[in-house]
Amino acid sequence: MRYLPLTPSDRATMLAKIGARDIDALFRDVPKAAVVPLSAFDLPDHQGELEVERALEKLAKRNVAAGAGPSFCGAGAYRHHVPAAVDHLIQRSEFLTSYTPYQPEIAQGTLQYLFEFQTQVALLTGMEVANASLYDGSTATAEAVLMAQRLTKRSKAVLSGGLHPHYAETVETLANLSGHVVRAPVVPGKVADLISLIDEDTACVVVQSPDVFGLIRDLKPVAEAAHAKGALLIAVVTEIVALGLIEPPGTQGADIVAAEGQSIGNGLNFGGPYVGLFATREKFIRQMPGRLSGETVDAEGRRGYVLTLSTREQHIRREKATSNICTNSGLCALAFTIHLSLLGEEGFSRLARINHAKATALADRLAKVKGVSLVTPSFFNEFTLRLPKPAAEVVERLAAKGILAGVPASRLLPHDGAARDLLIVAATETNTDDDADAFVKALSEVLS
Amino acid sequence: MSETRYTDQHEWVRVEGGEATVGITRYAAEQLGDVVFVELPKLGRNLAKGAEAAVVESVKAASEVYAPVGGAVAAVNEALNDDPAKVNGDPEGEGWFFKLKLSDPGELSALMTPDKYEAYVKGL
Amino acid sequence: MTDLPTISGDRGLDHEEQLIFELGRAGVTGVDLPDVKVGESRLAGQRRRAPVGLPGLSEPEVVRHYVRLSRMNYAIDAGLYPLGSCTMKHNPRLNEKLARLPGFADLHPLAPQSAAQGALALIAELMRWLTTLTGMPAVAMSPKAGAHGELCGILTIRAALIARGEKRTHVLVPESAHGTNPATAAFAGFQVDEVKATADGRVDMDSLRSKLGPDTAAFMLTNPNTCGLFERDMLEIADLVHKAGAYFYCDGANFNAIAGRVRPGDLGIDAMHINLHKTFSTPHGGGGPGAGSVVMSERLAPFAPLPLLIHDAEGFRLIEDGADVPVGAKPFGRMCAFHGQMGMFVRALAYMLSHGRDGVRQASEDAVLSANYVLASLKDVMSAPFEGPCMHEALFDDHFLHDTGVSTLDVAKALIDEGYHPMTVYFPLVVHGAMLIEPTESESKESLDRFIHVLRTLAGDAKAGKRERFEGAPHFTPRRRLDETAASRKPVLRWTPKELPKAAE
Repeated sequence: MRYLPLTPSDRATMLAKIGARDIDALFRDVPKAAVVPLSAFDLPDHQGELEVERALEKLAKRNVAAGAGPSFCGAGAYRHHVPAAVDHLIQRSEFLTSYTPYQPEIAQGTLQYLFEFQTQVALLTGMEVANASLYDGSTATAEAVLMAQRLTKRSKAVLSGGLHPHYAETVETLANLSGHVVRAPVVPGKVADLISLIDEDTACVVVQSPDVFGLIRDLKPVAEAAHAKGALLIAVVTEIVALGLIEPPGTQGADIVAAEGQSIGNGLNFGGPYVGLFATREKFIRQMPGRLSGETVDAEGRRGYVLTLSTREQHIRREKATSNICTNSGLCALAFTIHLSLLGEEGFSRLARINHAKATALADRLAKVKGVSLVTPSFFNEFTLRLPKPAAEVVERLAAKGILAGVPASRLLPHDGAARDLLIVAATETNTDDDADAFVKALSEVLS
Repeated sequence: MSETRYTDQHEWVRVEGGEATVGITRYAAEQLGDVVFVELPKLGRNLAKGAEAAVVESVKAASEVYAPVGGAVAAVNEALNDDPAKVNGDPEGEGWFFKLKLSDPGELSALMTPDKYEAYVKGL
Repeated sequence: MTDLPTISGDRGLDHEEQLIFELGRAGVTGVDLPDVKVGESRLAGQRRRAPVGLPGLSEPEVVRHYVRLSRMNYAIDAGLYPLGSCTMKHNPRLNEKLARLPGFADLHPLAPQSAAQGALALIAELMRWLTTLTGMPAVAMSPKAGAHGELCGILTIRAALIARGEKRTHVLVPESAHGTNPATAAFAGFQVDEVKATADGRVDMDSLRSKLGPDTAAFMLTNPNTCGLFERDMLEIADLVHKAGAYFYCDGANFNAIAGRVRPGDLGIDAMHINLHKTFSTPHGGGGPGAGSVVMSERLAPFAPLPLLIHDAEGFRLIEDGADVPVGAKPFGRMCAFHGQMGMFVRALAYMLSHGRDGVRQASEDAVLSANYVLASLKDVMSAPFEGPCMHEALFDDHFLHDTGVSTLDVAKALIDEGYHPMTVYFPLVVHGAMLIEPTESESKESLDRFIHVLRTLAGDAKAGKRERFEGAPHFTPRRRLDETAASRKPVLRWTPKELPKAAE
């Protein structure tokens, strides 16, 4: 078997050294009742690369890739162009097949890129410090709520109506363990009242901007209201490219930023692996979950990096840990860092502007289709339309024409009648004018 | 009295007037290694004997520091915020953690005398 | 001559490398994008005023920077990585190729489900492999890492108890447990109580019996355990736990020892997370991403989190909302957005199809054989706290270093100079100065012999008072020992732009 180097002769020699009669002797502690023959497993035997490729290519072909035709899906995952160099670099053995940098002397590569990543995330979000990534934006949001509960010693979390429903549900799963969650009403395209829900019991207010419908929110009034009651503002960003064109949460009073970094360096991958970004104020670093790469010097006075503040983490603190997290999103964070390094200040700014331009042009054209109206007056690269028919049906019919027309809001809010006719549409630099033409034409046909 | 008493959790307490100064012993500091951070209790907080009062962090471990006797927190050693290394340098002097206004001086009698503590550590 | 300082500061193939922020400059970029002007009218007055502060570099500079950084890392591709309980096995490149097929890599998670039937079929097939290998009826696929899977398992147990109308406050863990176990239990609101170990490294049954009671929600056990030993009393443990009305959680980090030979379902467990990045070779990637699927028993399955994957006459379908679940399902909620780590699912299934059931079994046997070979080859010069046979990892303690002035840490750092990543050190905590060696099935006998030879020699040197190799080790790495104390006392977690121009190097 191509991945197993030991030969029968090797095995015999090794058994002799051990003094065991056969391999079964080494498993003697397994209860007899639990010893099973190979035939007990209804699974195929080993296969060569060719057969495995064939099997998985067959499965891959049964999916409609976003690049197969005009594609406008967003709602928390965005299709961007990742430069070819990124995928080559992350596949270098020393990045792909290394472990967590617990022995810093032979992991300076990892520790330094994490330090660069932490800096990039702090710069993007306008915050003072960031960690070396969490699993994704939704779990980062949940961790932010838990951190706010610890810091304020309060238990209530207020979630704005524009927070991605998957994120809200993830927060509920965790935050309800140590407190409770209050969800503000969902009012697509508008800023629903949130401030009246904040009181002296509130640990944090969670606001997503741009929100799940694409609406850009002004965080400052929410920050002021939260701080006035001693609560923290958690800002959530699911499309990180937006921060190339709009004010970052750090300048608007956010105390913690939880974001999804997938848009930079990482493909859609049907929902994972993604990369959670987490940034906060310097004074809160000891309550921040996740790994941290810190600068230091070695025995010869040279600058180097180590994992630091790890006593907060599970392997030392055990039941008193800030979180039970073990892994970060290592390789995805590396892809993010490399892509952002290639973009640089100018490239990132241009990328953001192109996205906004594509989206505004498309929104205007689609809003002119009979029966269609634009629900979100302000947005970055994602907006919401009200259709004259249930959006899910329209999306299915457009899919039959080879167009992935966006995400019907009912996919995220299946039992909210108000969401039924809403379509969430994203446009990025990967959408061409032909894509837009095809979409407009097909939508007109389907709605007529 | 101003004699020092010890707990089996390696805290020391020294009483002057009705006020007790509390810290961790040299043995504990050595076991922890370089102290990097100390989390001190809030002023005015009422601690029962044996309650978790503070947390001391080194690079490899984080340990709770318990109140050896009950009382209200009268002072904390702010100097440890800037220089936690004092805990390693002078654990039973400048490395003190907090002072308590004793609620029950009788609780001291249950603690170990310096000789008893020395014997206890030898046996570990 | 070999100590002569170089002019550049670099040394042969070893290059020093600054931060990307120190290398970048304005007006340079590694991408060519059109310069599009946009109006402000749709930005709600929120147009960004100040620059982000990102450095600009061309593609050649970025490539060189990250290539140079990569060369400062050890990796399993480069050499034996004997980290106990991490299972640093070979990462097949076929898996990387297949994960990048556009049908998987370029598939949007919220595309219409009719457009994702191949992906859903893949997840279903992976679920079939996981349930068949473990002998369990159900599996939750969404957790994003092992610890996330543990949390999923504990929350499922919590939901089951709530459904039973019972309030049980305690979770038991062995004193040798990995830190994530008590951290997870505490996270979920339980109090953690420890069960003692016997002199031969297994669960002390008397201690377990005395701790089990009507307030016990679950017993969390790793099997094989963190000392690399199979818990002989598994069946009795399961029986006791169930009789007490509690659930039996198994940490599956060490599944590589028994996959294809033993089904945890036959041992009476209620839930077990499987680290796809350990047993099923998805790459460790310098710390992540991982994936932690959780197999579940019949009585826990109804409480598994959303989304659920069902297969009926219409095809495959994800159920994403609690109101739409089949009769009997009572999911406790969502663990995260979307559906799980699809990228890792593709890799894990490719691994399984490549190995087949016979290859999976052979891999487990070779992993166990290799660890026992290491144990047998070193136990005369090093000290092993437990009688063999071990499972897929061999545990030593620092007894053999007594009075040598050399510590477990010194041995680890000396191994680095020998061109190896050290074994896991100081874990498990139940043994003094622990050294946990997991070679995996990916090592040739020659590779094992070489490693054994080096460790034997180091052990011999330490005991003979020859401390040269240990003092101040490592000597030959890009960085010597780093000051972790300073990093924790005054944390510097990012680069900050200076006002003044930097001094010339």
